[in-house]
Amino acid sequence: MGKTVTGYNFAYLDEQTKRMIRRALLKAVAIPGYQVPFASREMPMPYGWGTGGVQVTAACLTPADRLKVIDQGADDTTNAVSIRRFFQRVAGVETTEETERATIIQTRHRIPEQPLTEDQILVFQVPIPEPLRFLEPRETETRKMHALQEYGLMHVKLYEDIARHGHIATAYAYPVRVEGRYVMDPSPIPKFDNPKLGDCPALQLFGAGREQRIYAIPPWTQVVSLDFEDHPFEPGRAEAECALCGATDSYLDEVIVDDAGGRMFVCSDTDYCRKRRAAGHEGRQGAGEMAP
Amino acid sequence: MYVAVKGGERAIGNAHAWLAESRRGDPALPELSTAQIRAKLALATARVMAEGSLYDPDLAALAIKQARGDLIEAIFLIRAYRTTLPRFGHSRPVETARMACIRRISAIFKDVPGGQILGPTFDYTHRLLEFRLLAEGDTPPAPEAQPLAPECPHVTGFLGREGLIQTEPAGEARPPDLTRAPLELPAERALRLQALARGDEGFLLGLAYSTQRGYGRNHPFVGELRVGMVAVVLDIPELGFAVEIAEIELTECETVNQFTGSKTEPAQFTRGYGLAFGHAERKAIAMALVDRALRWRELGEEDTGAPAQHEEFVLSHCDNIQASGFVEHIKLPHYVDFQSELELVRRLRRDAAAGSEAAAE
Repeated sequence: MGKTVTGYNFAYLDEQTKRMIRRALLKAVAIPGYQVPFASREMPMPYGWGTGGVQVTAACLTPADRLKVIDQGADDTTNAVSIRRFFQRVAGVETTEETERATIIQTRHRIPEQPLTEDQILVFQVPIPEPLRFLEPRETETRKMHALQEYGLMHVKLYEDIARHGHIATAYAYPVRVEGRYVMDPSPIPKFDNPKLGDCPALQLFGAGREQRIYAIPPWTQVVSLDFEDHPFEPGRAEAECALCGATDSYLDEVIVDDAGGRMFVCSDTDYCRKRRAAGHEGRQGAGEMAP
Repeated sequence: MYVAVKGGERAIGNAHAWLAESRRGDPALPELSTAQIRAKLALATARVMAEGSLYDPDLAALAIKQARGDLIEAIFLIRAYRTTLPRFGHSRPVETARMACIRRISAIFKDVPGGQILGPTFDYTHRLLEFRLLAEGDTPPAPEAQPLAPECPHVTGFLGREGLIQTEPAGEARPPDLTRAPLELPAERALRLQALARGDEGFLLGLAYSTQRGYGRNHPFVGELRVGMVAVVLDIPELGFAVEIAEIELTECETVNQFTGSKTEPAQFTRGYGLAFGHAERKAIAMALVDRALRWRELGEEDTGAPAQHEEFVLSHCDNIQASGFVEHIKLPHYVDFQSELELVRRLRRDAAAGSEAAAE
């Protein structure tokens, strides 16, 4: 562990590739929510495992950075462990599980509960960057729709949801409009996290490796979840509190605990939960075992 | 009391150790050498080189060994390695007319200058298991003949002389590189062929088959199929002359397809083209059929809506490393997304139940 491999450039990618990615990132920051094509490289982990996020992180990392990697909100899920170890090996950077100590946070499917700061970059792993993809499969068409701000199809879809189910039936990867211009897929975060996207002090970068797209939300950018006046956006979470730390404001995972269908809810953000327990908060199942 | 699952790190380490042990297999058996794989599983090696986009039989053999014979995993290993290599330039177009052929057949003429050479083919073998191979019996050497003439003209060239087949417009001097620039659509033919050359053999085979069954039919004949070694020649600007840097094995297939023509233009056959590293006939033929199907616009044909005619569909889905990654990634944890759907479905059901109760009152 922590052993740095030789024979690779700092953070794995060669400097030419990093420069290409940084140029795409600059363009993405300049046009919030716009998907910038980039010449995504084949990485030593499979497409779908976060190759886009890994390339963005690699292009942003400096030796002085402190990296945090989470998957489903947790630092100890297998793929988060694997990506963190990758950067320990190829960049030798310090890593941390503490949200506020990290300078770069790579994430899959969550935004940390702890509010971010201006000194931080949040890197999202993105499977399908195109919010219109499941309404129009052709890339040649969706690019035109974005260019013309032709987002009627998306509103019709949301309206049909309400007509059929009484609610907008999208629970994650809930589409947003960035700075009043581009409709953007926030990656498959639960819609609970959507309000954190807007007016965020941190820089938020999105990398889709297989789809060869990069996009960004610069700090303090307006991000609005799509909705209707009579059906306003609702973040949504389990109506429960964390069994370990008692939190009532965090996103919860549901865990099945026995064969009889017994279940409990715990914070999805493991760092947030651990900090609360360390501060003396206790849920109904006790403070749990503190991680070493 | 509930304790969240920890130990992802240790689990990964142990899984890798188990994988390594399984790969080695029964220690009573001798270790499999990459030299054996390269020499005896040459067609597997060829596929890994072709779809890995890297001509290196030794590395392909290593990848097959490391991947326990899973060829797509081996292709992935080669791709991940290839992407770290610097790119020095591009070669001159390889002269396949000067290929040292080990196999060369044409299905459209009974005989052709240079002759029909079957070479090492499965084509007319009876697919009966050779149980003597179980006993590791030695194989007697095959009879030998004089090498073929160094130049073996392309069969379609004979049709070209009479103007019976379309002439291809010259491509750009510097070919595009799919691995260094994002794919943008519509793609020119050179880029399409590049994508197909590294595309999944099974996917292309299925698409090619679909064209024969009526989904974008283009009446193909195998004008020529050849397998052999060709020289790779690179212009070295510092030296001011060209240098032969390698000899590589290629399989090339040119199909002769349905003719086009109108009142103003007399009828002419059209072409499809397939090329792959190593001995890979199925791949080359399938590629030629799909290439031809994708040319409908350029040749003034009708878009019948067939999958093989749909450039974006074909190019976006033919890469097996992209495809296997994304298809298999759904085995990664998704419990956060699933939780949000659970909440939503529960809420919709609650609302529905409340609605029907209200209606009943």
